[in-house]
Amino acid sequence: MYTDKMPSFMELQKASRNKKQEIEDYKLAILGNSSTQHLAIAIKGYAKLFDYKIDVFDADYDQIDIQLLDANSDTFAYKPDSILIYLTPEKLYEDFVSKDSSGKMSFADLYIEKIENYWSLVRNNSKSIIIQNTITEYDDIVFGSFGGKTRSSFLFQLRKLNYLICERAADAKDVYIVDYSSVQNNVGRSNLLDPKMLYMAKMSVSLDVLPIYAKRTVDVIESLRGHVKKCVICDLDNTLWGGIIGEDGLSGIKIGNLGSGHAFEDLQVWLKQLQQRGVLLAVCSKNDDHIAREPFETLDEMVLKLDDFAIFVANWDNKVDNIRYIQKTLNIGFDSMVFLDDNPFERNLVRENISEICVPELPDDPAKYLTYLQSINLFETASYSAEDVNRTSQYQIEAKRNELKLQASSYDEYLKDLQMECEWGYFDALNAPRIAQLTQRSNQFNLRTIRYTESEILEVIDNPNKIGLYFKLKDRYGDYGLISVIILSVENETAFVDTWLMSCRVLKRGVEQYVLNKITEISKSLGVKKILGEYIQTKKNQMVSGLYNELGFTQLDENKWELSLDNYEMKNSNIREVGKDE
Amino acid sequence: MNREQLLAEINDIFKDAFMDDDLVITEETNAEDIEDWDSLMQITLITTIEGKYGIEFTLDDSLAMKNVGDMMDLIIQKVK
Repeated sequence: MYTDKMPSFMELQKASRNKKQEIEDYKLAILGNSSTQHLAIAIKGYAKLFDYKIDVFDADYDQIDIQLLDANSDTFAYKPDSILIYLTPEKLYEDFVSKDSSGKMSFADLYIEKIENYWSLVRNNSKSIIIQNTITEYDDIVFGSFGGKTRSSFLFQLRKLNYLICERAADAKDVYIVDYSSVQNNVGRSNLLDPKMLYMAKMSVSLDVLPIYAKRTVDVIESLRGHVKKCVICDLDNTLWGGIIGEDGLSGIKIGNLGSGHAFEDLQVWLKQLQQRGVLLAVCSKNDDHIAREPFETLDEMVLKLDDFAIFVANWDNKVDNIRYIQKTLNIGFDSMVFLDDNPFERNLVRENISEICVPELPDDPAKYLTYLQSINLFETASYSAEDVNRTSQYQIEAKRNELKLQASSYDEYLKDLQMECEWGYFDALNAPRIAQLTQRSNQFNLRTIRYTESEILEVIDNPNKIGLYFKLKDRYGDYGLISVIILSVENETAFVDTWLMSCRVLKRGVEQYVLNKITEISKSLGVKKILGEYIQTKKNQMVSGLYNELGFTQLDENKWELSLDNYEMKNSNIREVGKDE
Repeated sequence: MNREQLLAEINDIFKDAFMDDDLVITEETNAEDIEDWDSLMQITLITTIEGKYGIEFTLDDSLAMKNVGDMMDLIIQKVK
């Protein structure tokens, strides 16, 4: 069951020593410029405690150069999925004070080269993703506030270095930030650093804050593995506004920038920002539907409007059933949903009945809702693309399609009425972010669930033995954008389907038949004789376990199928192919 | 503070930290007697004891603790 209660370091330490045999399916290596043991134990314990199945390799004290320069080092032999490069300000400071005045002024510029060199070494010697921390700010107060505008102050150079790290990471597709500096902003330096521990064990982070570091690191890893929050379900009364609309009426509820209404307004502003970056919003409220909608329709102070919500459910049924209905309609996993409700009874009811859903323990005082929600970092993501912006309207359009479906005389008739058009293409740099994102986010219609980063997608383009295809779908109601991805590995007249995935928004439209036609067409042109398909079972991809059977492949063993291209007959499809300019 | 009672309380902290319900410590017990008692565990123990008794050890206090008896001496001295 979900909890956002933060465990103590001792609980993590104990969990890390738990000898229970588990199958870890993700490997993290930690390299630091100082002591890393405590961080490694915290991350390992956190992963064990919450069942994230992450194994941790700790390279130990100050090993970055030694490990990265040697292609045969323990770190590379471990074959980590990602490498955390952990830099502490204390160690940088030792370096900084040894420089003369001009060395101090160019400290950040030189150090970023060193960091980028680390990144290159990781790339050259492994396929690992790089996780780079931002450095917690340490101000030696030698200049007071004047240090902020003095190039030769440590604070100036450290701030510049953090900026450079983020700037360079923005241009690198395989570098992800774990923002420890942001953690310090939240908890404060005096809580982050325990001087006694620094001198006893060279620990730059106190035991109180290590669990937060561990969580933030695991958050990044989980987002890389496709586990992200896609939807926030909101209660209304005393959650999105103060008071009870059914009793207090339109003029009685608190919203707007006066008094306690301001706290609710700020929460709405934040939710709107989330919505604009692609997180879906939903309403789940115990109210009469028309009464619940009225504030959104009539009050100017409401930041959120009805069309900001992908789905609006207000009735007197219990919230567990309503959330199940929302889940079905949006077709996303419970583990990608967050439920906000001021009422502890409702929260517990939902938690107890839907164990995967995230239900934050909102503080009693609405003034603290927003800072609390921000402090638990629920919305980590590993990608951001232009299509995220339109996600809400895509789900609303889906509702219109459902109306058409009800009117159509048959399903085939409905598909024809949709006037679907497909544009396909080989992977290119322009579409790479969205392609990578789909490989990271698609869980259900995904035959092998191989996650790709953007840079790995770019590698597919350059690999002559791989073929990457994307498909975009449009119909009379709107544009789905890029919804299906294929990666083929071609060898000896056989095309192995490395990746076949599709967005669940276009299920049952005949897209898979259309895509298979395209796969066979392209494969034939390359002299391929047969297609080899594999299904790797996960917790979520049951829906495609029989896909290859349904498409007429011959089963080879439990998880493998093949299709001979000699007598392949094109499948029927109601989708019209269009060129890129149409 | 009763020394015997204090030892029993610290024994409970140790049982919890080392995940060993049968662990019995004496005033002479030190890091060499318990396998998992490394420098990081030392920090966990110190922090836990500080929290439980609402006291704070100095760096020198922390570095000087060689066995359970040393810890107890310091606790008794600080709690007063």
